[in-house]
Amino acid sequence: MHLSRPARMALRLAAWFGLAFLYAPLAVVAALSFGRSKSFAWPPRGFTLQWWSAAARNQGARDALGVSVRLALSAAAIALVLGTLLAFALQRFRFFGREALNFAVVLPIALPGIVTGIAMNAGFRQLGLELGFTTLVIAHATFSVVVVYNNVVARLRRLSPNLEEASADLGGDTFQTFRYVTFPLVRSALLAGGLLAVALSFDEIVVTTFTSGVTGKTLPQWIFENLARPNQLPVVNVVATAVVLLSVIPVWLAQRLAGGAPGPGGR
Amino acid sequence: MPAGGAGRRLARWLHRRPAARLAALLTAPLLWLVLAYLGALISLLATSLYAIDDLTSAMVHRLGLGNFRAILTEHVYRAVTLRTVGIAASVTVIDVALALPIAFYLAKVASARVRSFASVAVLLPLWASYLVKAYAWRAIVTPSGGVLDRWFGGTPGFGGIAVTITLAYLWLPYMVLPIFAGLERLPDSLLEASADLGGKAGRTFVSVIVPLLKPAIVAGSIFTFSLSLGDYIAVRIVGGTKQMLGGVVYANFVDNLPLAAAYACVPVALMVVYLALARRTGAFENL
Repeated sequence: MHLSRPARMALRLAAWFGLAFLYAPLAVVAALSFGRSKSFAWPPRGFTLQWWSAAARNQGARDALGVSVRLALSAAAIALVLGTLLAFALQRFRFFGREALNFAVVLPIALPGIVTGIAMNAGFRQLGLELGFTTLVIAHATFSVVVVYNNVVARLRRLSPNLEEASADLGGDTFQTFRYVTFPLVRSALLAGGLLAVALSFDEIVVTTFTSGVTGKTLPQWIFENLARPNQLPVVNVVATAVVLLSVIPVWLAQRLAGGAPGPGGR
Repeated sequence: MPAGGAGRRLARWLHRRPAARLAALLTAPLLWLVLAYLGALISLLATSLYAIDDLTSAMVHRLGLGNFRAILTEHVYRAVTLRTVGIAASVTVIDVALALPIAFYLAKVASARVRSFASVAVLLPLWASYLVKAYAWRAIVTPSGGVLDRWFGGTPGFGGIAVTITLAYLWLPYMVLPIFAGLERLPDSLLEASADLGGKAGRTFVSVIVPLLKPAIVAGSIFTFSLSLGDYIAVRIVGGTKQMLGGVVYANFVDNLPLAAAYACVPVALMVVYLALARRTGAFENL
């Protein structure tokens, strides 16, 4: 479209303003985590690492970090297996109920988290399962399946079926074809999907609230519980900054691996 | 896999039977989804029909529609539902207004290098913690000493406005991405044709771009609307005394799970209606 110079400038300004709007709040928390003040007083005065070392020594935060890491890895491992199986089934076969299944995979993230959370809580109670680490893993794996599925499906769509046919023509059986041809081609998509699942699980709070036990809280839960305590505020700022960094790094890696940006279907 | 042997025989058997291959792929994920998720949704419905014993606060496993009657007739619940829908709608409108220029700049004006950088820049915050982002807005809108108060000379404080801004912020990338994808598919020749026929930029926007982008905008609004309906984190952090649907579900969850379950069905019902309407616009192809 032929836009006048002022129109272009206005658009550019609006776009960069929008991008700044996305990052400014995160920058505020990061900046506060290095400030001396114990409140939200802006702008932060002085520079100190004391809150970062206090956070590193905080036993509650360290325990929560341990839970979050173990949870993210376990949930991502399950999601990786289930998501990959589903991707192969839905991409390679046409069968009755395929569309419904496709819908069911996306549902846990399309419905508000509170619905998924309270539904799973009701389900676990009905089954008589005690809430704890196991129920957390089940819940997190369920909503993480979709990100692995999306990544693997996107890769399978781009794969030429000729390669697998060539392998079969050369005498490769089903397993050999998978091991030597298909798997190497989808490996980076699996890794990317797994990393996104880790990131998704690592900072989830809503479903977590409804499916965790009394002990063994995750890092986001630790933040949520300490929000209201005024003397914990500087340490919360540090943990919040760390959570953002720890979830954005795997996503950035995944984006490099998958050769495309992960879309909103992944959330 | 050694040639010959059991593995090879199994491979040959599978090769001849696509149905067996499909069953091998589908059994585990299907069981998981049915047991862990669909089962959970069914028990949500079942729980919403139970009641709470007034004296013991124990769940009574007797089916009835009492919870739904309370939600639909009692003033408090209706007020909270209406406020939540109002906030979700405002959030959606704000996000459309913010996302259009960003997406248009990225898709039609920016150079290829800026485009690839900026589209990743839009995506990354999507994955940063939802909780932390809401928390960041607490630091920004805090009265006396917060960022808005100090640098911009005033803050709305904690309440409905802060919740709306925070939610609009949280879900903005969900709106930018489908609109950006929609604009990338929109051929430049249509915009040029409009200009050749004398359409100014504004007229082209209203008569050409918006109608063609409608499915993409609706696709984005599914996320912004649905996620706003169920939120209780942002409202807890920046909402002050204001209540929203998610917050009421959360507050009732410990003492009255059946009522909380029934109230959690409200966003589901609203979304079913919304999705049915959205489907007609062809938004599903833009998700």
